Amino acid sequence: MTEQNGALGEHGQEPSRRDFIYIAATGAAAIGGGLAIWPFIDQMNPAADTLALGSIRVDVSTVTDGTEITVMWRGGPVFIRHRTQAMIDEARAVPLGDLPDEASRNLNAGMENASAADENRVLRPEYLIVKGNCTHLGCVPLGIGADTGDYDGWYCPCHGSHYDASARIRRGPAPENLPVPDYYFESETTVKIGLSPDEAAQSGWVAS
Amino acid sequence: MSGPSTYEPKTGFTRWMDQRLPIIRLGYDSFVDFPTPRNLNYWWTFGGILAIFLVIQIISGIVLAMHYVPHESMAFESLERIRRDVKFGWLIQSMHANGASFFFVAVYIHMFRGLYYGSYKAPREILWILGVVIYLLMMATGFMGYVLPWGQMSYWGAMVITNLIGALPFIGDAIREWLWGGFSVGQATLSRFFSLHYLLPFVIAAVVALHIWALHVPGNGNPVGIEPKSKKDTLPFHPFYTVKDGFAIIVYLIVFAAFVFFLPNVLGHADNFIPADPLSTPAHIVPEWYYLPFYAILRAITFDIGPIDAKLGGVIAMFGAILILFVLPWLDTSKVRSMRFRPVTRVFFILFVLACLGLGWCGAKNPDDLVFAIGHDAEGVATGFKFVWFAQLLTFYYFAYFLIVLPVMGLIEKPLDRPASIEAAVLGTAKA
Repeated sequence: MTEQNGALGEHGQEPSRRDFIYIAATGAAAIGGGLAIWPFIDQMNPAADTLALGSIRVDVSTVTDGTEITVMWRGGPVFIRHRTQAMIDEARAVPLGDLPDEASRNLNAGMENASAADENRVLRPEYLIVKGNCTHLGCVPLGIGADTGDYDGWYCPCHGSHYDASARIRRGPAPENLPVPDYYFESETTVKIGLSPDEAAQSGWVAS
Repeated sequence: MSGPSTYEPKTGFTRWMDQRLPIIRLGYDSFVDFPTPRNLNYWWTFGGILAIFLVIQIISGIVLAMHYVPHESMAFESLERIRRDVKFGWLIQSMHANGASFFFVAVYIHMFRGLYYGSYKAPREILWILGVVIYLLMMATGFMGYVLPWGQMSYWGAMVITNLIGALPFIGDAIREWLWGGFSVGQATLSRFFSLHYLLPFVIAAVVALHIWALHVPGNGNPVGIEPKSKKDTLPFHPFYTVKDGFAIIVYLIVFAAFVFFLPNVLGHADNFIPADPLSTPAHIVPEWYYLPFYAILRAITFDIGPIDAKLGGVIAMFGAILILFVLPWLDTSKVRSMRFRPVTRVFFILFVLACLGLGWCGAKNPDDLVFAIGHDAEGVATGFKFVWFAQLLTFYYFAYFLIVLPVMGLIEKPLDRPASIEAAVLGTAKA
């Protein structure tokens, strides 16, 4: 053991102050580098203005019984279907066991973890409001006036997914029911999509 | 680079330069006096053709970027303006769009050449892997480039492919939103695809430099698959292969010109002349032709495999079909490179090429359409062999070729006798 202080560590006999400095410096550089990269990754996430544009107001008084409209929300389609009593009855008669996806897929308060029963898919039975991108690969399914599929709901022509009168997946490659966005009725005929009543109250929107 | 340099600077300037930055020496050793097997056939000219097309794509792309507007309400119009109003825009846009297709034709021939002649085997594994990296970068670049015209196929192709990411468990939705930069394919997506579409070709160029470097260490493979043993087995790259490559490039460019001038849109899709509409999906979404085999593999997985659902299974199969190429050098157990001397495996190879073409056919068709009809059902609708079944069959063969045929045949097949040297193979002096 004739080496001088610095050389001792290089031969691996005993850790020296220099070994500690190497490890500490390398570790700090690795962590610092990782932290420096994060802003360049996170910038690709939706920007503040994109998030702020997250809600729309729709007048549903023109959507007559048994018809539907498609509105643009967050860059994609939202279906608003005004269901007749027959359509509601049909949706509610389906046993849960027939559903490939038994979750409500509903973001509204109290329904997040509920079953896919039609009661948990709507705030008012006559208005079914769902996002309009197939849960398979994002195509826009066809509805009333084009092709309602084998279950009287929607039919996605891309890969043949059939949705029922509650917009639940019944057959085909789509894994999930069409999701229900946050929404609430501001009045009898006006619906606010993209905001829950609580969020609206916080941000100054007044729910009637 | 393989072997000592034979470059001798002759003038005062080149001597001066050689002692400071020996770049002339590098060029001379790489492309003039580089010893090249004397028996290379025309399948070996596609490397040069690919280099030319990378240059064509970069130059025409830089020009297009001067006129293109990456905005969701202006992109489509700006492209039409390039085609109608910009001076020679019709020519440069057609070169760029068709250039992508010709780039992929060449790369597929180049890859099949490598598969047939065993170009991936030792000592060229890294050369092959770098090639697969280039191919992956090309696919990413081509995909993002096809989104930029912002037509219906652009938009919905992007929608379908990015939604595939959503199939990943747990993190899929977050990653998809991160890729989109919003809640759907939109302005943020278009901007970033434009940025990356501009960037990636230069990354490709850098990997191509590594690819050529990795080529020039062991030197070229050749059709008989035995290494050069003496100077008689090789020829200097210039003039022998500069001329041969040059001739092939000219022939290929003639065919390219025929498309650019007379069939500018034949490889495109009519639906992409409709501006993107997020509220309406085209009846039949298809990717560009060069992705069709992988699209067919994606859609062939229609069944759950254990805990993996069909959607995720399709994504895994599609990426697996490309990633399996990375480990190919270690899957093929045969020491014999060239299929010329592997009569049985050669048949499997030809079937593999046909399977790839067949998958491309399946990818272009609706999965429920019929390859051929057998009778009718009760309602009078034709029944028969569906494309999705055909795609499943071919997908099985695609993977079986790599995972069963190549590992097993290398162990059980008795190869034919190989010539003693390249010279003997070419000149018929079979004395040795």
